Amino acid sequence: MKIALLALQGDFAEHEAAFRAAGAETLQLRRKQDLDLAFDGLVLPGGESTVQGKLLHELEMFDPLRERIREGLPVFATCAGLILLAERLMDDPTVHLGTLNAVVRRNAYGRQLGSFFHSGTFAGMENIPMSFIRAPQIEFCSPACQVLAEHGGRITALRQGNQLAMTFHPELETDCRAAAWFLREIVSPCKGL
Amino acid sequence: MDYKEQYKLNCGLAQMLKGGVIMDVTTPEQAKIAEDAGACAVMALERIPADIRAAGGVSRMSDPEMIRGIQQAVSIPVMAKCRIGHIAEARILEAIEIDYIDESEVLSPADDIYHVDKRVFKVPFVCGARDLGEALRRITEGAAMIRTKGEPGTGDVVQAVRHMRKMNQEIRRVTSMADDELYEAAKQYQVPFDLLLQVKQEGKLPVVNCAAGGVATPADAALMMLLGAEGVFVGSGIFKSGDPARRAAAIVKAVTNYQDFAMLADLSAGLGEAMVGINPEEIKTIMEERGI
Repeated sequence: MKIALLALQGDFAEHEAAFRAAGAETLQLRRKQDLDLAFDGLVLPGGESTVQGKLLHELEMFDPLRERIREGLPVFATCAGLILLAERLMDDPTVHLGTLNAVVRRNAYGRQLGSFFHSGTFAGMENIPMSFIRAPQIEFCSPACQVLAEHGGRITALRQGNQLAMTFHPELETDCRAAAWFLREIVSPCKGL
Repeated sequence: MDYKEQYKLNCGLAQMLKGGVIMDVTTPEQAKIAEDAGACAVMALERIPADIRAAGGVSRMSDPEMIRGIQQAVSIPVMAKCRIGHIAEARILEAIEIDYIDESEVLSPADDIYHVDKRVFKVPFVCGARDLGEALRRITEGAAMIRTKGEPGTGDVVQAVRHMRKMNQEIRRVTSMADDELYEAAKQYQVPFDLLLQVKQEGKLPVVNCAAGGVATPADAALMMLLGAEGVFVGSGIFKSGDPARRAAAIVKAVTNYQDFAMLADLSAGLGEAMVGINPEEIKTIMEERGI
């Protein structure tokens, strides 16, 4: 399986390591022509959503990627990636890809001093490392979304069809179970495996 | 939360800034221009390094009110500088919930021997370094991110290049050493053995390593990325140029696509006047020699 990392800005290298450890091949998307490469799934990494969203437009990658996601391309999104996918942001008129039926609040835990680590359950797997770094919160999501993780009474990971999104970073530790779950549960069925 | 967990989170924020450009700004308006141009973070300071050089005298931490104004203006992380060894300035910046403190040689050092013990803080620190020894000494003190010192406020990239080259050469040398040779190397670098062993095993610094000091053009930024920087700080280079918004946006794209030279050619075209710049021979204050 070949997983593409949106490599415009952020911690795509950490995701790349996790997906390689989970047995996938990887490639990086930095330019429009990179979208012509064949891949079975897409990672939207952590970083700054303002930067990534702007570069998606300026590098003319926005429309083709949104189209591919709408057509069912499996997506694995963390933190800034979730913000890119969200249909609406709280107190912010910006909409990026807008393919996920969820309302998201940026920097919901405050500044870096509000960042925290939690070891929790994701998709039934215990002790998944979850780093919340200037993390967003999911305020609302469509009932069609499947909740995969919760913390402090809030949804922290959800799946809507081909899209998997989380407010935390599982990729900052060597644990690659979240990546493996995505490959097994979303990418493989999409490929008809 | 214990120190180790906090430190990992602080290193984690630096990981989120990778592949991005951190820009010096002096007003909320400039901060907004920087954010709109694609900065992944801004460094709030009263005077950019070129003006600090021009003004001379003692330069200190910025007015917290001015920093708060910038925090209000943007949604991206906001950094600010404290003087080397100035524990109180660092605590003040922590109290206003700055996202990252730069214990910086750009300001006048408050302590000519000791750096701030950064491990006792919750807020993350970035520090400048000219070589592997300096970088690892700062990491031992608790820095969660390293940047080259370069020579700030000159618009001359030569020292940043020298520092990045030197660090990478030393890392390559360490990776080829036998474990028993590392004890002597640790002694020479004045760093703990275990930290040097980690560098040997991973072939890189244990924290994010960015370029800073003298970056003025998209080509300068791309050069630093080609030399192995994980992100770029741009100080005077943007707001001392003719068209800051355009230059800032071009530098952001150059950092993402530093290997696409046709794109770099387009990004470098028609940017207007770059900051004038000064050669190292022409300057009196050598900031890189502060805090080693």
